[in-house]
Amino acid sequence: MAAPTKARVDSADRPLRPKGKELPFPLSLYQTAVGKKWVMAVTGIMLLGFVVFHMLGNLKLYLGVVEHNGVLDYDANIYGEWLRDLLVPFLPRTVTLWILRIGLIGAFGLHIHAMYALTMMNQQANVTYSSKRDWKAATFASRSMRYTGVIVLAYLIFHLADLTWGFIPGYDYERGHPHENVVGSLSNPVVAAFYIIANALLAMHIFHGAYSMFQSLGINNPAYNKLRRGFAAGVAGIILIGNVSFPIAVLAGIIDLSDKVK
Amino acid sequence: MSNTLNLTLNIWRQDGPNGPGRFETYKAPGIPEDASFLEMLDLVNEELIAQGKVPVEFPHDCREGICGSCGVMINGQAHGPERGTATCQLHMRKFSDGDTIDVEPWRAAAFPVIRDLVVDRSPLDAIIEAGGYISAPTGTAQDANETPIPKEVADSAMDAAACIGCGACVAACPNSAAQLFTAAKVWHLNSLPQGQPERYRRAQNMVETMELFFGSCTNHGECSEACPKEISQDFIAYLNRDHMKAKFFNRKLASQR
Repeated sequence: MAAPTKARVDSADRPLRPKGKELPFPLSLYQTAVGKKWVMAVTGIMLLGFVVFHMLGNLKLYLGVVEHNGVLDYDANIYGEWLRDLLVPFLPRTVTLWILRIGLIGAFGLHIHAMYALTMMNQQANVTYSSKRDWKAATFASRSMRYTGVIVLAYLIFHLADLTWGFIPGYDYERGHPHENVVGSLSNPVVAAFYIIANALLAMHIFHGAYSMFQSLGINNPAYNKLRRGFAAGVAGIILIGNVSFPIAVLAGIIDLSDKVK
Repeated sequence: MSNTLNLTLNIWRQDGPNGPGRFETYKAPGIPEDASFLEMLDLVNEELIAQGKVPVEFPHDCREGICGSCGVMINGQAHGPERGTATCQLHMRKFSDGDTIDVEPWRAAAFPVIRDLVVDRSPLDAIIEAGGYISAPTGTAQDANETPIPKEVADSAMDAAACIGCGACVAACPNSAAQLFTAAKVWHLNSLPQGQPERYRRAQNMVETMELFFGSCTNHGECSEACPKEISQDFIAYLNRDHMKAKFFNRKLASQR
């Protein structure tokens, strides 16, 4: 005989999480998961903008030595100085750069916090299937966002320690000389390989992010929807090619210290 | 005489909401390829009853793809391998002789298993109760075309209203998010003139009720692939837009607090 069924659960009366009190704007926005995704998209655009300009700035490495104000120096070093001198004399030296940095740190903090909160929410809501799933639309990039994101964060910390703070031994770090530092650091094939792998994962992260942000922001127009995948692939591809080219160029000797005029 | 299939089924059996579940393997010989997936389960059950065993409980009602009662995970796909088809409308000719088929109930923390393949989908009702209706008095039926609605808008509302509430979107979602269901239910009212008075309150209330039970959308797109009505995930963008507008803009007038 059939085993008696237990009292029927009415799960509509049993939410997974309690309904909180609505906070004042703009916290009320961030209280909801839809709002957190909106924040993830906006901060993602800020971070993506940084990544694009960082890559474009790095292209200066290919220009080698140029003359600037009568002095011969690596173009990347001149560019680094220019960043510190942004909006001088309206603002004192490095202030603009620090405003941008604080904005990026804030965007990173919110992006990571929203990711953490949404991941917790999703893990609470999800029950894993016992049989094998057959994914139809989800891409490897979309399903690995959490992992690529965490690896990119670890890479970012290494990258800052390596080329901004000079904590990583292996070459003589010189503050204010990014060209020499990049060549010094990436001449080590192990470090270069790590940079290549991390940038490939960053490009994969951007591939889903640059597509997904339109949905999260509520931007949807059938006339342009077909362009979203192409846009995401284009942005991710440009960043991938640009960023991966630097360690390869250093290892291949295309970017080097040979043309330094002392 | 149609061809027949000999199948092996791995079916999830669970005695009650709290009981541990397990897969049990059944042989299903001589299944006509014209049978639907549910009719195939009926044949398996008849054999189980003949052997004096407990038949497999599975959700079903109209069996013509419009009620939203049926739905199981078939080989890792909600409603099985055919696109835009509920489990009841999936025919066995989509499988081959000798196939092994995994059959599992919808999985989500908000959808506890009641028995075998039957889950409790009442949290979807809670979302509807939060705003999936129009409470503005609309009077008696008026003359056709008295309220002009552009064809595109009427079509879009109809596409959204095609949702039968089966829960396949939640089942297919890696985050167990109910975004597609909620988006469809919100948009079919929010796109039409009759839905305007409560538009932003509806979006906000339904989203916030949804988030008490379900996960968050990460734009994989599995929901639309699984949907037996092929509802587009574009509606999720509309849901997000209306929800953000509800949050951003103050809708109170002078002297209202």
